Amino acid sequence: MIGPLRAMLMRDLALASGGSAGLGLVFFLLVVTLTPFAVGPDLALLARIGPAILWLGALLATLLGLDRLLQADHEDGGLDLMYLASAPLELMVGAKILAHWLTTCLPLVIAAPLFGAMLDVGPTTSLRVALALLIGTPALACLGAVGAALTVGLRRGGLLAPVLILPLAIPVLIFGVAACDATRDDFAPLGVLGGLALGYAVLGPVAAAGALKLLRD
Amino acid sequence: MGIFSPITALANPARFSAFSARALPWLSGVTALMMALGLYLGLVVAPADYQQGETVRIMFLHVPSAWLGMMGYTVMAAASLGVLIWRHPLADVAAKAAAPLGAAFTFLALATGSLWGKPMWGTYWVWDARLTSFLILFLMYLGLMALRSAIDEPSRAAKACAILTLVGSINIPIIKFSVEWWNTLHQPASVLKMGKPAMDPSILTPLLVNALAFTLLFVTLHLAAMRTELVRRRLRTLRITTASAAPAFAPEPAE
Amino acid sequence: MNDPHLGFIVASYAIGLVVVAGAIAWTVIDHRIQSRALAELEARSGRRRSPR
Repeated sequence: MIGPLRAMLMRDLALASGGSAGLGLVFFLLVVTLTPFAVGPDLALLARIGPAILWLGALLATLLGLDRLLQADHEDGGLDLMYLASAPLELMVGAKILAHWLTTCLPLVIAAPLFGAMLDVGPTTSLRVALALLIGTPALACLGAVGAALTVGLRRGGLLAPVLILPLAIPVLIFGVAACDATRDDFAPLGVLGGLALGYAVLGPVAAAGALKLLRD
Repeated sequence: MGIFSPITALANPARFSAFSARALPWLSGVTALMMALGLYLGLVVAPADYQQGETVRIMFLHVPSAWLGMMGYTVMAAASLGVLIWRHPLADVAAKAAAPLGAAFTFLALATGSLWGKPMWGTYWVWDARLTSFLILFLMYLGLMALRSAIDEPSRAAKACAILTLVGSINIPIIKFSVEWWNTLHQPASVLKMGKPAMDPSILTPLLVNALAFTLLFVTLHLAAMRTELVRRRLRTLRITTASAAPAFAPEPAE
Repeated sequence: MNDPHLGFIVASYAIGLVVVAGAIAWTVIDHRIQSRALAELEARSGRRRSPR
């Protein structure tokens, strides 16, 4: 059962190294770059809203990159092979989500402290942002997989999936940004964020695989 | 097989259509009476509140709409279970018909809420927990309607919307909890506390009558919309069968 | 009723009227359109082919 999962993971990782992985990072950088133009180059203000900007940028970069998660497999017939694999479809989808997270979200997590410096976010807060993103982005990727599975094969799927998923991602955003607040000593928001990530790690693959199965024909 | 399965599935919906055609005139009559009574109680009989003044009359519109916005989603969640577990032919019809109604009443709750907020809070929009939750609910309705309109084939749309509705209903308590927590984080409770004073019976009675009237309105409109949806699906089936029977017609484009 | 906030109350009830009347009108009109199309199609297909 491990065989097909590893094959899926390796294949997606190999495909992503073709260059699509960097695109999310560029998008993230663009969001960070646009912010000072929108609110003004006041460093004090930027430092205050910096964690929120980083979270919004990462959220959008994660969800906007989802349209290729299943769409490419739908087009080239890879999905049909996934149904036939000896591993359960839920785990196959989970492997795809993991590959997506490794290629798209992990670079965002690593880049977040760097971009944080551009917004004058202090080192402590920057590390907290990275930690919160590390825990929170898997939840976003799992939720996003549901949107990708529901819109697979649709001509207007590209914009539809984020519209469906963004309202559901609000709790992750709330606790993610709260976990970045360096003035708080307790790690309660981080704990809730971890709980959300665990919950969505179950809900996401199961719902996405259910959608793929039901919408197969 | 492909032709006959929708026709045999119509057996039950056909009985439903006959039932709704008989029930709708009565329901509409009762609804109209109750709405009139609710308006009379709310606008004429009810006294001004000692705290909110005449503005309390907005509540007679706001609270029932908010209740229906939540009830609409509950109806959709129950119907989605019907779609996925029992595969009942009427379940998706009910889910589809409830979405625009729920969205309309959620919108009404938001609009009246902000119109109540201007004299009470001083601004049209306050990011308080309840208004924000309803805004998110409204966005979820819009997303569901967008998903449905993006999928051409009804049975696929039914399954996709059912899954999204259920994922959403799992999320609603989480969203509600996080929004409330977020709210206490950012806003020290100030004016927002005056939301729930002990309610006087002179206010409560019109409120309950209005809530009942609005619920009846929802049931009536939902029943009527379900009946229309059955006609629409019958029409679609007939169009496809006649198109495939008569080669003179251009066949429908493949999905 | 001489409340300073009369405008807000009137606006609320006006929006309520628009939403409720709109929902009712849309329900009625949609049903009429669909029923008419169905009746038309049934009449047409009944003429062209023998009824089942």
